[in-house]
Amino acid sequence: MESIAFIVLSILALASALVVVLPVVRNAVVCALALAVNLICVAGFFFLLQAQFIGFLQIIVYAGAIMVLILFVLMLLNVHDERHLGSSGFFQRYLGPLLAVGFVALLVTSLVASLQGAEFPRAGAAYGTVATLGQELFTRFFYPFEAISLLLVVAMIGAVLLAKRRL
Amino acid sequence: MPLGPEKFLILSAVIFALGVLGVLLRRGAISILMSIELMLNGANLAFIAFARQFGQAEGQIYVFFIITLAAAEAAVGLAIVIALFRLGDSTDVDELSLLKW
Repeated sequence: MESIAFIVLSILALASALVVVLPVVRNAVVCALALAVNLICVAGFFFLLQAQFIGFLQIIVYAGAIMVLILFVLMLLNVHDERHLGSSGFFQRYLGPLLAVGFVALLVTSLVASLQGAEFPRAGAAYGTVATLGQELFTRFFYPFEAISLLLVVAMIGAVLLAKRRL
Repeated sequence: MPLGPEKFLILSAVIFALGVLGVLLRRGAISILMSIELMLNGANLAFIAFARQFGQAEGQIYVFFIITLAAAEAAVGLAIVIALFRLGDSTDVDELSLLKW
């Protein structure tokens, strides 16, 4: 059951990631919607890994808020088509894909060599629940938590300042 | 076929590399931002898989922080794209060479 879900989700995730990445697809709105599909698939992986809270956070914040922001800007600026496809530089165009494939090969060989046949241990009932994560957030990770709220305020002010025509 | 960490980690590596490829191949500023989101997602998946393997909540806390950072990054990045579009009527990164000499 779980492995069927994994296979279906990974096919969907890889296909949607390819639509986002490959410069064959001209329409940027299609890319944004494919990215939303990819984000929801990754949320499905989080559920498979029993991280329920993070999975819902992924759907609400990523697939909800951030995707709406990206689509809003795309439609505001009306840049539906990229003018020329692919990068102009020779190295970027031909060496980039080659290096990306090499990077994947390197990671996969090292991962397979070190984790061959490892299985997940049994998780406790409290693993990945809001209660467990909240406990950690407000005790051990209290200062980072407060710092990140400050960062959000700074980002908000910065975004308003940058996008405003005249102050 | 029981699920192990290696399948998730390989998948996260592939998603990350696809994001790198998108940054290299795409020329629209917003498309590049979307590819960066893809890379962040690959890293998140690796964090969650390791957290599950070791049965600890730290990995999930880091993903929580990364998602928050991604939201801040997207907001500022898109604001910069809007400002650039006002300046040059284009979001093509090849045409934005104002800071080059």
